[in-house]
Amino acid sequence: MSKFMLGKKAGMTQMFDENGLAIPATVIECGPMVVIQNKTEQTDGYKAVKVAVGDIRIKLVNKPDKGQFEKAGVSAKRHVREFRSEDSFSLGQEIKVSDMFIVGDHVDVSGVSKGKGFAGNIKRHGQKGGPGGHGSMYHRRVGSMGANTTPARVRKGKKLPGHMGAVNCTVQNLNVVLVDGERGILVIRGAIPGPKGGLISIESSVKAN
Amino acid sequence: MDLVRAIEQDNLRNSFPEVGVGDYVKMHLKIKEGARERIQIFEGYVIARKGGGLSETMTVRRVSYGVGVERILPVHSPRIDKIEIVRKGRVRRAKLYYLRDRVGKSAKITEKLTRHH
Repeated sequence: MSKFMLGKKAGMTQMFDENGLAIPATVIECGPMVVIQNKTEQTDGYKAVKVAVGDIRIKLVNKPDKGQFEKAGVSAKRHVREFRSEDSFSLGQEIKVSDMFIVGDHVDVSGVSKGKGFAGNIKRHGQKGGPGGHGSMYHRRVGSMGANTTPARVRKGKKLPGHMGAVNCTVQNLNVVLVDGERGILVIRGAIPGPKGGLISIESSVKAN
Repeated sequence: MDLVRAIEQDNLRNSFPEVGVGDYVKMHLKIKEGARERIQIFEGYVIARKGGGLSETMTVRRVSYGVGVERILPVHSPRIDKIEIVRKGRVRRAKLYYLRDRVGKSAKITEKLTRHH
């Protein structure tokens, strides 16, 4: 069974593993998500399930979404996402985090990474930068654009400053440390993309063994 | 942030006595040797407490055979079996890093005497 969950990053802390060693842990708030549509081979060409989280006023929802919420018999939700799944669920069914994950699961966590704005080469591409002193006058600059006569142009993919962050990002193969269905808490070992409060989707790992 | 706090609250170990900076403590630590587990005692002055919540640590310093040894221990670690306060210390700062530069008598901390009711 493919497992999936939507959540909100709550923040990071430390936990202790079974050997008593401190491990980095991310706490994710996973309120129950509701199923609003099952996509099938016949109608859509592929199997998937559409879920929604986060209550909002009905006024804030657009008409197509509103129709779907009404069909599933659920209140209006802020976030609607789709996951590929072979299982089909009943419409309006609430899925808790404890229905999906157990401690020890391997998961991939996706989210939108923190935006860094217009970033230079050192931050954006991890380049080294020049010496600070001794009259170097070359501190955080890009450096050479490439060879001169041949090829007489800048090669494609040349690392240059530009916008960094705020892109979809997935961290693979993280471990589930704690699951609490009652309070809707999922704790994962390691760091995950995005700011606190950012929408996070958690799926069973594609590399899981 | 509330959920992070909640998770931390669940895992805090509140059974330990309140250890302050300057106290001389005996830390009973669980040490795993293969399959066997035994208790090792590390004693010394608490020279710092850092961090908060579940991540809080304390630095315990002792001088053994003329060599200063410091251990940074997570206060809420399950590896700590017991904390024994031998005597409370009277100190005027939160971090006692100045002890590192001192040896002998000047590296001592005066005991904090509390009134007995």
